[in-house]
Amino acid sequence: MKSTTSDGAAIAQVDYLLRIADSTLILGQRVSEWCGHGPILEEDIALANTALDMIGQARLLLGHVCKLDGRGRDEDQFAFLRAEGEFRNVTMVELPNYDFARTVLRNFLFCSFLLRLWQALSASRDAELAAIAAKSLKETRYHVRHAADWTLRLGDGTDESRLRMQTALDDLWPYTAELFAPSTEDDAAADSGFGVAWSSLQALWEAGVLPVLADATLRSPVPGAFLSRGKNGIHSEHLGRLLAEMQFLQRAYPGNTW
Amino acid sequence: MIDIAQAWHALRQVPDPEIPVLSITDLGIVREVRANGGAIDVVVTPTYSGCPATAEIHRSIEEALLKAGATRVRIDVRLAPAWTTDWITEEAKVRLRAYGVAAPVRFMPRALECPRCASRDTERLSEFGATPCKAIWRCRACREPFEYFKPL
Repeated sequence: MKSTTSDGAAIAQVDYLLRIADSTLILGQRVSEWCGHGPILEEDIALANTALDMIGQARLLLGHVCKLDGRGRDEDQFAFLRAEGEFRNVTMVELPNYDFARTVLRNFLFCSFLLRLWQALSASRDAELAAIAAKSLKETRYHVRHAADWTLRLGDGTDESRLRMQTALDDLWPYTAELFAPSTEDDAAADSGFGVAWSSLQALWEAGVLPVLADATLRSPVPGAFLSRGKNGIHSEHLGRLLAEMQFLQRAYPGNTW
Repeated sequence: MIDIAQAWHALRQVPDPEIPVLSITDLGIVREVRANGGAIDVVVTPTYSGCPATAEIHRSIEEALLKAGATRVRIDVRLAPAWTTDWITEEAKVRLRAYGVAAPVRFMPRALECPRCASRDTERLSEFGATPCKAIWRCRACREPFEYFKPL
């Protein structure tokens, strides 16, 4: 009986970690699409570097997942051989980049959330998760600062840049509800001291995000009833296409390495 | 047979692939070295999660130690405490400036000192440079752009 209970706890922990790992992995993959296509050289480099950090954070988390999973899978198998429905990333990060405004605004909204999450998780009872969070926190601070700078510059910019930012905000805002939607995995993680309930981070997130949106002269949309469910493995039409590209090599040439 | 002092000596010769003027010991990423006969265990703390040089650094460590006479090299990665630019030695910061890269300043100053002409009439161009650890700045006095090793 005892082993069943601890197996159950490990499965819940894996699920909790996959939400974070998959979100940083998929966002890293999306942001990396800018490599070679940035509006200016500096931003091309900045986005590529940000993507590398995100994928690096995903690798650390997936490495931890592999140990908890205990089925001998490695991080590459998690990243490249799982099907769409097995990914636990929030829907917001899989949406197409569309334009630079939407890319930096999504980074701002999501990385501001990650910042609060890393802060909370650096006190996790799981020493490895706490170490990953404390390390990632320092990197995410730079990502938030970079994205906030552009949110201000484009929001409070020309008519065209403001229009693009406002459109991006109107489109992305409904997807932020998923970040704070209550879940049983969250409750279990919070109860055991392994993690923190994402819903408990909403007030902190708003305190960081709303003043920047106001300074950027952007209208915050009113909350609606829409709730995306990527965390539960129910994704938009866009994730499948992203995975087709990201996983192509390992699917076509299993086990191949550089 | 290789002892701990020789192992440290070999590691001090391993340059950072992105900033070759610094060695991996200057950066403070080598946290611990243990010798067990000719076998060497090295504990390293990675810099940025997205640092593309990590794999290359591990390869160089192994190569340098084997060349110095180690029979076996094991590299353990330690995440906590997280790497910080505070671990870069003062002497290394001087070399960094001579190389043309502004050294990290703990509290973000409004203007950095230009590593070329020492003017403080400088401005930030971009939060990220050629690697995640650096930002791009420009000196208004000598008109030259320069890189800044950001505090982490």
